[in-house]
Amino acid sequence: MSEATAVKEHISHEHHGFMNTYIFSLDHKMIGKQFLLLGLIMLLLGGGLALLVRWQLAYPEQPLPLIGASQHYLETGEAETAMDSYWDSELSKTEDEQGWLVQKMPVGIITPAFYNALFTMHATIMVFFVVMPILVGAFGNYLIPLMIGTRDMAFPLLNMLSFWIAVVSGAIMLAGFFVPGGHAATGWTGYPPLSTDPAWTGVDWGQNLWCISLIVLGISSLMGSINYITTIINMRAPGMTYMRMPMVIWALFIVAILLLLALPVLTAALAMLVFDRLAGTTFFNPAGGGDPLLWQHLFWFFGHPEVYILILPGMGITSEILPVFSRKPIFGYKAMVLAMASLAFLSWIVWGHHMFQSGMNPSMGMTFMITTMVIAVPSAIKTFNWLGTLWGGSIRFTVPMLNSLAFVSMFVIGGLSGIFMASSAVDIFIHDTYYIVAHIHYVVFGGSIFAIFAGVYYWFPKMFGRMMNEPLAKVHFWLSFIAFNCTFFPMHILGVGGHMRRIYNPMQYEFLQQFEHMNIFITMSAFALGLTQLILLFNVFHSMFRGKKAGDNPWNANTLEWTAATPPPHGNFDAIPTVHHAPYEYSAPGISEDWLSQTNELQPTNGNGH
Amino acid sequence: MDKDFVLWPEQASTLASRVDNIYLFLVAVSVFFTALIFFLIYLFAVKYRRKSEDDVPKEISGLLQLELVWSIIPLILVLIVFVWGATIYFDSYTPPADAMEIYVVGKQWMWHIQHPTGEREINELHVPTGQAVKLTMTSEDVIHSFYVPAFRTKKDVVPGRYSTMWFKAIKPGEYHLFCAEYCGTKHSEMIGKVVVMTPADYQNWLAGGPASEPMEVTGEKKFQQLACHTCHTDKPNARGPSLVGVFGESVLLKGGRSVIADEDYIRESILNPKAKITAGYQPVMPTFKGQISEVGLLQITAYLKSLAKEGNQ
Ligand code: HEC
Ligand code: HEM
Ligand SMILES: [Cu+2]
Ligand SMILES: [Cu+2]
Repeated sequence: MSEATAVKEHISHEHHGFMNTYIFSLDHKMIGKQFLLLGLIMLLLGGGLALLVRWQLAYPEQPLPLIGASQHYLETGEAETAMDSYWDSELSKTEDEQGWLVQKMPVGIITPAFYNALFTMHATIMVFFVVMPILVGAFGNYLIPLMIGTRDMAFPLLNMLSFWIAVVSGAIMLAGFFVPGGHAATGWTGYPPLSTDPAWTGVDWGQNLWCISLIVLGISSLMGSINYITTIINMRAPGMTYMRMPMVIWALFIVAILLLLALPVLTAALAMLVFDRLAGTTFFNPAGGGDPLLWQHLFWFFGHPEVYILILPGMGITSEILPVFSRKPIFGYKAMVLAMASLAFLSWIVWGHHMFQSGMNPSMGMTFMITTMVIAVPSAIKTFNWLGTLWGGSIRFTVPMLNSLAFVSMFVIGGLSGIFMASSAVDIFIHDTYYIVAHIHYVVFGGSIFAIFAGVYYWFPKMFGRMMNEPLAKVHFWLSFIAFNCTFFPMHILGVGGHMRRIYNPMQYEFLQQFEHMNIFITMSAFALGLTQLILLFNVFHSMFRGKKAGDNPWNANTLEWTAATPPPHGNFDAIPTVHHAPYEYSAPGISEDWLSQTNELQPTNGNGH
Repeated sequence: MDKDFVLWPEQASTLASRVDNIYLFLVAVSVFFTALIFFLIYLFAVKYRRKSEDDVPKEISGLLQLELVWSIIPLILVLIVFVWGATIYFDSYTPPADAMEIYVVGKQWMWHIQHPTGEREINELHVPTGQAVKLTMTSEDVIHSFYVPAFRTKKDVVPGRYSTMWFKAIKPGEYHLFCAEYCGTKHSEMIGKVVVMTPADYQNWLAGGPASEPMEVTGEKKFQQLACHTCHTDKPNARGPSLVGVFGESVLLKGGRSVIADEDYIRESILNPKAKITAGYQPVMPTFKGQISEVGLLQITAYLKSLAKEGNQ
């Protein structure tokens, strides 16, 4: 079959109506957009849960704004507002008849049991249903075939299934909110024995559904990762050697390998947990000869590679954007690839740094300490090479660029706080305090989420054929950046001050009362941060239909996706492109433009990087 | 807020200042690198901002020497931090030989403290200054974590095993004691305090409480009540091995392996006797699971320890 007929054949199965185009689409680009939508919806939900948690921390056991009962009602029992009457009538019912809301937050005051479910589900949703679906699911699906120059993923059907299984998993996870006993409330880390026996938390099916949902999600991720690996190994366009692959493809390739190896460990641990809960086994129960610490080892053996699954795509996106807007090649391409590979490798041998205080043998602890410290080296290489990319460039401060610069600087803070925790003596002091919460958010919000912003702004024109509104995007960026730092930086101070994480009411602790104002400040910043995201949502949906029409290559970038039509048709390219260059030949001497598409046959005089 | 704002808890143990020193060193290093990197980003942003559409920068795609510099400097720094941190970490794990022993049992949502002299406390721990204290801890239900911010120490308290931690308090006063590991609905109410007293006050405190019997005496009674002594008779042809002088020594097991008879081993021998069989004996010892509390186990252990001391003499 000739290339041309193959294309025709392929293209002829498109347009089979709404269902096949938008719902059960096999097209990697549509699946990518579906993952993006799933992630954005879950982002709203997960963010909302976080704001409830923050409310409780700043104004412990006070009614929520808007829906809470009035002060007058609380003092006198006389209903004054509409909400007062609502709470009044709900509270007069018997427990079985009471609605969902009044069980979780009578008169608008969050109960301890619900609070615990809130922080558990906030983290679970953000990690598994926001950052993973967007960075890996959306960008992975959308970008891999376009950037390596092929028509689709190796297994389109598996790809479609991977999305829909993720949706099923999400539905199971959300169902947990509505079962008797409430949703899982053991933290996103689900440590047994708390998680093995309903007697300890009062949670029964919530925890079961949590486990089942994550097992199902594991299947989805496995399908995705097999697809990514196969596609990248087998379907690169002619001339697209490994060392000519864009950095984001390298990142996604490494992430797919991590996913393939790490997720089965989590799945196995979750299955053991479900057996302990439902079938009477005692894998994690000391009374039956099991060991609760076994879970911690399994969870973190998965968990640390998992955090690199969350950050590596962000590093890839940043490495893509910085050269484009500095009009310079990425500084030290090989070192950058090697650094990512070594981060991935090291991520397998550091899990014990989450367990320094669990009572492990100190020689073991020291081994985990040194392996974790060494992570600083590839991290430093990446950071300085990003700076090297800016050095001597011709920098355009577009919105993707601003978000990428935020990624670099926030990653610096998150990485450095990691070193504090890697030095076990200090970690023993700050473990399980707000310091850890600050660290997590500098890497996952400051890192992964700013990378998501950068990626969305950067590839939006290709995805939807229209530009996003730039002034609005700048407002969104600056407000997010400021509110983010106001929210999370003070948490370092709380942590070192001894403020523990996962506590319902800090004001119960005399020595934490001095932090009341700081907690209020953090909560106000968090609400500002949350509201700011509405600007992004508005911009995305508004620009999708009303944005200025984008050309094929609005940023004058070199990589293959910009050689496809905008938005790319089913099958992506008229003819499979041939690659002649490394991806970052910007400002190469001897050619008139300051960029050189990977498909352009021109040889710059005195060019390098081949 | 009538108290002054303090940036971090006071230093009330010998460990605290050592941890704070390395912490402050790390702060200094971090501030330096953050400032350096932010300054460079700012500098490059100003200096290399695109000036015109045909502004063409020099193509620099790498510089090996520079890349080596910024790989090696961080490596050296983290190695320093490693050696320094590891020393403190190792010391924080190794109680001095003269440490006074106190036992802790965590449960939802309180701390149960048992002194060897017999005093029991709930959510309060009295200790003298200048004396190393070693805590042997376990949990009756889920994982808790014994956290005293002013001592800069924290250790998980795990069901089914003993964990230990030690500290030497240096300043009399009351310090907060918390559970740091999330342990269920009322985790945030698991609050206690450590009362540090001068040795003289501590002696008064010991003498002042209701007369209490030392742990090993209670343990001995339990040993009789549960009929342990019927088999462990110390006679040559007894059904069970003599337990005199066993604690802390190495025990030969069936199959040739040997183990040190520590707290965990005693505990396992009582709750799950079939797990390790002493060489030369039949596996006839019944399990006492469900018949004895965590505190009871600690008391019997204290009794067996006292036998060890006598046995060694
Ligand atoms: C029916 C007799 C019997 C009773 C009752 C009994 N034991 Fe034992 N115990 C044995 C035998 C036999 C062994 C050695 C074989 C083994 O390790 O199970 C043993 C071993 C031990 C050991 C390990 C000692 C070593 O040298 O390795 C400890 C400790 C111990 N028992 C404590 C107790 C305590 C405490 C009780 C009471 C709560 C108790 N035993 C009750 C028969 C008994
Ligand atoms: C220089 C790099 C890093 C180092 C040295 C480092 C070190 C650590 C250490 C030692 C802990 C455990 C602290 C404790 O619980 O006491 C930790 C926790 C954590 N780290 Fe990192 N880290 C680094 C980068 C990252 C990145 C890139 C991510 C994710 C994108 C990440 C996400 C997390 C999360 C989510 C936790 C908390 C887990 C929990 O307890 O809930 N870290 N890190
Ligand atoms: Cu980790
Ligand atoms: Cu607790």
